[in-house]
Amino acid sequence: MTTATTTTVRMTGISKSFLGVPVLQGVDLELRGGEVHAVMGENGAGKSTLLKVLAGVHRPDGGTIEVDGDPVSFAGPTDAQRAGIAIIHQEFTLLPHRSVAENVFLGREPVRRMQVDRRRMVADTRELLDWLGEDGIDPTDAVSSLSVAQRQVVEIVKALSTNARVLGMDEPTAALADHEVELLYDLVRRLRERGIAILYVSHRMREVFDLSDRITVLKDGRFVTCAPTGELTSEALVRHMVGRDLGEYYPDRAAPADLGPVRLALRGAGNDRVRDLDIEVRAGEIVGLAGLQGSGRSAVARAVFGVEPFTRGVLEVDGTPRQVTRPRTAVRLGIALVTEDRKGDGLALRQSVRDNTLLVRRAALRGARSRARSDLPALLDLVTVVSRGEHQEVRFLSGGNQQKVVLAKWLAVEPKVLIVDEPTRGIDVGAKRAVHELLRDLARRGVAVLMISSELPELIGMSDRILVMHDGALAGELPAGASEGAVMALATGHGIGEVA
Amino acid sequence: MTWRPRLAEGTAPVLVVLLLLLVGLAIAGPAYDEPSGYLALLKRAAPLMILAIGQYFVIVSGGFDLSVGALVTAGVVIAARLIDGSESATTGVILLVLGFGLLVGLVNGLVTTKLLVPSFIVTLGMLLVLDGAVFLWTDGAPRGALSAGFRTFGRGALDVPVLGEVPWSVLILLAILVAAALFMRSGTGRALVAVGDNEAAVRLSGGQVDRLRLLAFVLSGLLAAVAAILLGGFAGVSAQVGSGLEFRAITAVVLGGVLLGGGRGSVVAAAAGALSLEALFTLLNLLGVSGALESAVQGVIIIGAVAYASLGGGLRQRLRWWPKQRDSVRPAPS
Repeated sequence: MTTATTTTVRMTGISKSFLGVPVLQGVDLELRGGEVHAVMGENGAGKSTLLKVLAGVHRPDGGTIEVDGDPVSFAGPTDAQRAGIAIIHQEFTLLPHRSVAENVFLGREPVRRMQVDRRRMVADTRELLDWLGEDGIDPTDAVSSLSVAQRQVVEIVKALSTNARVLGMDEPTAALADHEVELLYDLVRRLRERGIAILYVSHRMREVFDLSDRITVLKDGRFVTCAPTGELTSEALVRHMVGRDLGEYYPDRAAPADLGPVRLALRGAGNDRVRDLDIEVRAGEIVGLAGLQGSGRSAVARAVFGVEPFTRGVLEVDGTPRQVTRPRTAVRLGIALVTEDRKGDGLALRQSVRDNTLLVRRAALRGARSRARSDLPALLDLVTVVSRGEHQEVRFLSGGNQQKVVLAKWLAVEPKVLIVDEPTRGIDVGAKRAVHELLRDLARRGVAVLMISSELPELIGMSDRILVMHDGALAGELPAGASEGAVMALATGHGIGEVA
Repeated sequence: MTWRPRLAEGTAPVLVVLLLLLVGLAIAGPAYDEPSGYLALLKRAAPLMILAIGQYFVIVSGGFDLSVGALVTAGVVIAARLIDGSESATTGVILLVLGFGLLVGLVNGLVTTKLLVPSFIVTLGMLLVLDGAVFLWTDGAPRGALSAGFRTFGRGALDVPVLGEVPWSVLILLAILVAAALFMRSGTGRALVAVGDNEAAVRLSGGQVDRLRLLAFVLSGLLAAVAAILLGGFAGVSAQVGSGLEFRAITAVVLGGVLLGGGRGSVVAAAAGALSLEALFTLLNLLGVSGALESAVQGVIIIGAVAYASLGGGLRQRLRWWPKQRDSVRPAPS
């Protein structure tokens, strides 16, 4: 079952629309056995749709697909599977309490004398694992005992057991820890050596350069270019994706003269998760808050906003000590929080752009202020340019545009203190830049901005000062433009002095 | 900016259904050749429509109110016993019934939001409590009688210029419907829908989620009391007057395209759902279908409407029972 015949897939002029909105327009893609072919583009460029067309999930409206020169048409994923094409999904579809072999042959169990032929199932699974060089996994292991990376291997083995010669992978590293990413790289390279064609969809520039042989770039559903990876630089790739030169990436920092009075101050503040916080954020500045996952960065934001309030110390807004025990109080004091989970607690996804934009004003303010309409056109301008009108439900918007709606909802109440937690997570390059400019613009207009981000280049590029947290407390403060190394040293619990 | 009328998502189907039913009535029944026939239909439907409006507030904010049927019965039985035919007691008793509905809604809402019991359970419990209390108080046979003044709201009509005789219940219904539609356009109304969609987002936007939900239950209770006053006048006093109305109201709301679990739907569509339901039962009656089938029909509608809402346009594909013509990669067996 593991004869290494290579397959070539050629997609020509693929078009696809959803509800009249074109998502793919005449896209070409050629995929050869033994290559890793990356597809890149901003959110909404059509990468995932292209992958799904290839896998038979979506039927193209136009264009042709050829496998080894024969035109094919897939009525569903099963047809694509028969043609040797399978997708490794982002969400794992394994049953945790069953063995590896049972998962691999789920629904296709080999039968012998009217019974499931376990021996053959295990033997075939072992053969595939050996072929891949994955001897750390036993076919009889329960999936629940495996690491996330190993589960991914099982998913891939499952696809290979259907004789797949073409694998589509959609953001395969999204669920993996850093050390597991290397394991995946290894696996992908082994698959390539064995003649499998891999279509690799990813946002992450580094992965694509590390792994791929060729890169196809899509923009707004159209084919932009396809080039061998060696011939592209990351700048050129970004230019192709965005359609323009990004040049200077971050807006100018605040000059000392731009800084105003202290808007938000914490004096010895703490609760169950954080302790001894002394923080001041001035009008006009962007203060970065760095730290590893679990260091208490987000807990600071949640405490200031009254979600999990401080139990010790003092919180001052504009110099006055305040008790903030619930978000409503925070909002009325002029504090805004853009949470890291946009879909979970930032937006009401089935409501319109307009209703989401007005949500804070309506929900938190009273009387005339809650009905204020004068600035509405400008506010909606910020978000309607990106949607199909203010009555569109926000769930139909891309991540970047949803984030703009979240920002607009806070701008509607003109906050004095804006806390943003991972403001550009999961949004594309162009929207990222727009968010950065918006944040800087707000600072210039006198808002005190506290920005939390895991993305160090962003944090360093945007911040006028950087506070680093470690284990629930402040580990130190760094000036604008500090090095990534200095931030990481503090974040991991080493002093600055130890960084040579 | 040009203003154009916009239908809330999920509203269009119920309007089509309603139109078809009205056309059906015009064909099937001679009484529906004239406006008075439709006015009579509206009068009959008014209590259910008012209940559906109340139920809408609760459903769209993410809950259920199963207590409204029992609340209607309790309202009618209490009114009959306290008035006992005395005209002078009418006004006071009407206020008392309204206050009682408000109180029941308040209890439903407080237990749901403060004790964190799911509204389905709270209001189911309230249904049983009210049923039991009515039975205990009346020994199964309601006593007393309603005054003529009380019954005017359910039976009487007002002479309106141009339109002629318009039943009180229709006027009350229209007033409530307009008020509800305006409320749902206000900031508080929009926030109520947002609570049903994503409670956390509303809370983190500084909204008072508990108060909004409480408001929904109070409105539902209050409107159930209004429905009790109309039904008492229209149908008279019995211990069964409100039985099953909670499910009928929920069916009506769902038929109006309102999403169970909250977050989407319009109050006008919910009311249109109630009118459609009443029109359907009238039509079935005209066609000689046994009234005993009503609850079965209602059951089919509620399942069908929810299936339609969950699947939307995909429904047609799912319902295709014959295998789809495949142009698969596999050569057809010869």
